[in-house]
Amino acid sequence: MTLHQLTSSRFKQQAAKALEDEVLQDNLVKLKGNFLQRRANARESLPEFDDLRDIAVGIKTHTLEHLDLYLEAFENAVEASGGHVHWARDDAEARNLVLAICRAENAKTVTKGKTMVGEEIGLNAYLEANGITPVETDLGEYIIQLAGEPPSHIIAPAIHKNRQQVAELFNDHHPDLADRGPDDVDGLLADARAVLRQRFLKADVGITGANFLIAETGQTVIVTNEGNGDLTQLLPRVHLVVAGIEKVVPSLEDATSIMRILARSGTGQEMSSYTSFSAGTRRPGDIDGPEAFHVVLVDNGRSALLGSPTEEILRCIRCGCCLNACPVYGKVGGHAYGSTYSGPVGAVLTPALAGLAETNHLPNASSLCGRCEAVCPMRIPIPKMLRHLREEEARSGRAPAAARNGLSLWAAFAKRPGLYRWATNLAMCVLAGRAGKRGRFASLPGAGAWTRDRDLAAPQGTSFQTRWKKGERPGTWA
Amino acid sequence: MTEPVSSPRVALLVTCLVDLFRPTVGFATVKLLEDAGCTVEVPLQSCCGQPAYNSGERDHAMAIARTMLDAFEGYDHVVAPSGSCAGMVIRHYPELFAGTEDEARAADLAGRTWELTRYLVEVAGMTTVDARCDATVTIHDSCSCLRETGTREQPRALLASVEGLTLAEATDRDICCGFGGTFAAKYPDISAAMARDKADRLEETGADLALAADLGCLLNIVGTLKRRGSRVEVRHIAEVLAGDLETPAIAEPGR
Ligand code: SF4
Repeated sequence: MTLHQLTSSRFKQQAAKALEDEVLQDNLVKLKGNFLQRRANARESLPEFDDLRDIAVGIKTHTLEHLDLYLEAFENAVEASGGHVHWARDDAEARNLVLAICRAENAKTVTKGKTMVGEEIGLNAYLEANGITPVETDLGEYIIQLAGEPPSHIIAPAIHKNRQQVAELFNDHHPDLADRGPDDVDGLLADARAVLRQRFLKADVGITGANFLIAETGQTVIVTNEGNGDLTQLLPRVHLVVAGIEKVVPSLEDATSIMRILARSGTGQEMSSYTSFSAGTRRPGDIDGPEAFHVVLVDNGRSALLGSPTEEILRCIRCGCCLNACPVYGKVGGHAYGSTYSGPVGAVLTPALAGLAETNHLPNASSLCGRCEAVCPMRIPIPKMLRHLREEEARSGRAPAAARNGLSLWAAFAKRPGLYRWATNLAMCVLAGRAGKRGRFASLPGAGAWTRDRDLAAPQGTSFQTRWKKGERPGTWA
Repeated sequence: MTEPVSSPRVALLVTCLVDLFRPTVGFATVKLLEDAGCTVEVPLQSCCGQPAYNSGERDHAMAIARTMLDAFEGYDHVVAPSGSCAGMVIRHYPELFAGTEDEARAADLAGRTWELTRYLVEVAGMTTVDARCDATVTIHDSCSCLRETGTREQPRALLASVEGLTLAEATDRDICCGFGGTFAAKYPDISAAMARDKADRLEETGADLALAADLGCLLNIVGTLKRRGSRVEVRHIAEVLAGDLETPAIAEPGR
């Protein structure tokens, strides 16, 4: 399995670039303030929020335990309502299935509602290479499509761009529409709407992702704030859903239970503005709906996680809350992660799906502060899984030798407390001697990474354990 | 009728950073525990094993942690002036030793281990301290205190009894300062950027003194503040609670 456009091995360079990107830094500060504060408010006003989390976790855990069963049920229900289910083991199969369906329909243009899996499998580039024009209909997705960039946030893909940049993109790509200033938000929106409306009407196939697949009814569900999901799945002749196999839930009620915490966690809304349910093809008497309905179910490494230490990441409902809470994401933004899935969830999911060879930065670039787990509506123990991935890296012998040797040396002393006390005391006395009465070091050989940006406080001298052993007791400072 | 309460035998988990960098925090901790009626002992110890654990070096972590299981056998309570080291024992030892012959010992130690301020307030029943600090102070809540040991209100309750002290709360006080052990070493740029944000938030409060209960965070924060020439001083919370303002603040020149 592969993830499209994976550049996680350049995490450090990408992060350095992000730290210098002023627009991004401004936007990240705003993001942090907005979404998380609204989440806190939404949570406050729903006393049963934590109970709902437990219910949601229960639903997903149960489903994952019987995933084959529910997927089969889903397939049967879809077929019964006139649709077709296709199974894709990996990204290549998924792309080919989608292309084959589009070709069979003689499609020239497809509109797309937001689909992360579509990003994961590199669908747009593939369709384009094969003569089909994909048009993103989510405003954020549309913006980054114009810019030729991947999303930088799960739910706010263009969060890294400011109005000025969006205005410039629109001016470049919509030459027939009036120039407008970057402050004319309504103008920008009207612009996008006018362009997209034409595309909606022209599209032969509408491709969406799915927040949920409902086994009981064969419905697929997407939540959006722009209503573009509705238009994508209703206007074209054909509706094609691309979704990960982990999106299935047993019943409509299960889906609605989880939905109650989805938007609250992500954007801090009680509900997303639009929740669209699709069930099969247009029936006699229906005033709208597609003539054909296809669901491409993508595995791409997911089933291999079942029963593994990273299985719980499959509970993720892509609410984006952990990104909003993560201080590392808050400094480097989504592009630094070099993967469709960024932030804490990406730091687990990307290596879990794609292996550690090119992604080993991701589980390491975390202070393990635990804020992601604290806010995650699905109570996914992200720090635990990051540690697990670090362990896997250490076992594989791929971890940097310097760090491993340093730790082994430390461990050699720490395993012998007597020796440890003696050696560390000596080291601290030497270090304190070098500092003299200055109290800190502005630079210190061997501590370069630390002292480039920070002073290093000098140790006081003789270690506590040594002083205690000599009989020193509290009050000696007085 | 009150039962005569025998003084609990408490072992100090001094933490390697306190042991090595700032022994006076160890003494302040002992004083606080003794004021709370405990008999304090300091068994020979090294490190809780967290650096190895968080680096994925499970075998090293277990070997080091086993020395701690031995060292702290038999005490009524084990108290650490650190949410991080206490959190390692409380939250992670049971996971680390799950399925091994030391499983029960690890669970037992986890059940007896406490972060200092939480122990003082919730176990020892301390409500006031005998200390004075004429300053405006602000607190950085360390991630491990908040999310691993359930410590947020306890240090504030104790600080409220310090004479002359005014508390000025910082925004984002619950956000990581960027230390994260080996994270600061592996990703110094990102860590430093997080630390600068933290320093900004602490300075904004106008406080003279910034406190935290974890020396790792404190070293990161003070290093950042001093690099920019900030006048804000930095101390471990135990020093203020124990009334030790004699020892120069962290990274301040000695006298
Ligand atoms: S890991 Fe949790 S918080 Fe993050 S996106 Fe998934 S469900 Fe949301």
